[in-house]
Amino acid sequence: MTLAVKEEIRKGLRKPMPMSTNTAIATAARDLDVDVVSAYPITPQTTVVEKIAEYIADGQLDAEMIHVESEHSALSAAIGAAVTGARSFTATASQGLALMHEILHIASGGRVPVVMSVATRALSAPISIWNDHSDVMNARDSGWIIAFVSSAQEAYDTVIQAFRVAEDPDVLLPFMVVYDGYLMSHTMEPVITEDREKVLAYAPKRDYPHKLDPKNPLTIGTITDPNWYYEFKYQQVEAMKIALEKFREADREFGKVFGRNYGVLECVHCEDADAIVVANTSYATTLKYIIRDVREQGMKVGLLKMKLYRPFPVEEFLKATSSVDTVLVVDRAISYGAPVQGPLASEINALYHSRGLDTKVVSVVAGIGQRAFKDDDAKYMFKLALESRKAVPEETIFYGVRK
Amino acid sequence: MMIEIRWHGRGGQGAVTASEAVSAAAILDGKYALAFPEFGAERRGAPVRAYTRISDDPVIPRTPVTTPDILVILDPSLLHPEYTQGLKRNGTVVVNTVIQPEKIAKILKLKPGSRIGVINATGLAMEILKKPIVNTGMLGALVKATGVVSLENTKKAILNKFSGKIGELNVELIRRAYKETIVIEIKKEVLVQ
Repeated sequence: MTLAVKEEIRKGLRKPMPMSTNTAIATAARDLDVDVVSAYPITPQTTVVEKIAEYIADGQLDAEMIHVESEHSALSAAIGAAVTGARSFTATASQGLALMHEILHIASGGRVPVVMSVATRALSAPISIWNDHSDVMNARDSGWIIAFVSSAQEAYDTVIQAFRVAEDPDVLLPFMVVYDGYLMSHTMEPVITEDREKVLAYAPKRDYPHKLDPKNPLTIGTITDPNWYYEFKYQQVEAMKIALEKFREADREFGKVFGRNYGVLECVHCEDADAIVVANTSYATTLKYIIRDVREQGMKVGLLKMKLYRPFPVEEFLKATSSVDTVLVVDRAISYGAPVQGPLASEINALYHSRGLDTKVVSVVAGIGQRAFKDDDAKYMFKLALESRKAVPEETIFYGVRK
Repeated sequence: MMIEIRWHGRGGQGAVTASEAVSAAAILDGKYALAFPEFGAERRGAPVRAYTRISDDPVIPRTPVTTPDILVILDPSLLHPEYTQGLKRNGTVVVNTVIQPEKIAKILKLKPGSRIGVINATGLAMEILKKPIVNTGMLGALVKATGVVSLENTKKAILNKFSGKIGELNVELIRRAYKETIVIEIKKEVLVQ
């Protein structure tokens, strides 16, 4: 937050209002003047679309709310609406995201700029309504832009950024804003909301370039033979590169207009650190709080909060961790049977090796099915990161599990 | 400085709503705050816990509160030392009960220097709301016993949540509870009696 914004808050010109991340996301959709919302309820997402329905009923938002019979249909309807040029939004979690899986690829392959919020939750079986990142990690290769957020304010701000980037004619990719079910979705915290005029000036509705129009008929997503399919897919690769540049630009501009921005990642105490812990969403906030204590105790550690996950901000990541020989990556999903079983750790490991770097990566899995992650656990992560400098554990650590 | 509150109640008593109302009041007071429940598949009557953290700093951990400054016990059946675990030195316990505060201090095995606030929130709720929903009464008691948030913004937070007649009744309940809450500091003598 810039000093100017802090001053405005102090003077009472801007008033943070208490809301949950789910409400903050619904409010962002309202302030973005979305045209179509299609959704199917699933815990812990449901209150996002309930709140949007309330905004529509109260006349605060003029949008079409489509009640569908499944998440497969929810995303299908959002895509259908978006290709007619409507600003489209949906929200889901867990099994809902899993049921959408087929349509996730249709959105990205079809270059449809739908924005979706995901309140992360564990996957069945056995049934768990609680949080982890199994759902979003299953969707990581679906061609969506994926951003992790760590507060209700960041969620509100990032949904606004998401529409600006997704709908950019040079990008045209779907965008997923990801946060923690319960740990954030149902947590009350202060959020500053912005005037719709200002939001729409920042993220204006654009003319979708190939929209469905009865007067000018066209077909989207037809069968594409081996002579051309590959080129379509490679265009998605290129679009991701452009999305990275556009996101950086959108974030900078957001900071100028609204006085808040988050970067593609955030590094705390990284400059003089001996080891860095990498985490995202609610864990990043907790670690950011705890790092003050451990620093005071003389532990030279840093914290890297992952924001943009797809496209992966390779240059920023390498620069931020360039001074350390060891990073510890906290994953909340399991890549069963993989050489490194924390999916994010696995990617970071691959990144260092592909660049010829020998930075050691410690893979830690934690918080599965919302196994509690307390202050002491956060402290231990920093301690373990430092200890691993001497001998890096060869296998993924399944932290806190009863074996 | 950060103040940590832990709420113990039973499903249906409104512990979660109360934890949120206090965070809302703190935010209206100009502070940073978080409120979140210990999530379960909530069932009426099952023990529930919720947490509120209030700070001057925006970076607030999202972990369960294990060392609270303030404990709020909404249900008289939860008067057991198990629920006061981790209470900080000189912490405050706010209890819904008809029992004398000195006796409660003994039951909960509170340490000298801690404070206790008692209120018959069930009785007040039955009188004013005609329902045993005790959370708003406990808000009034919490404000009286600790001053952690302003009474004015606590009422405002409740009015933002409940409109019309229900809002008014709940504000009346907060006002009465604030007035009727008895607060004592625990001295050694109290405990050895």
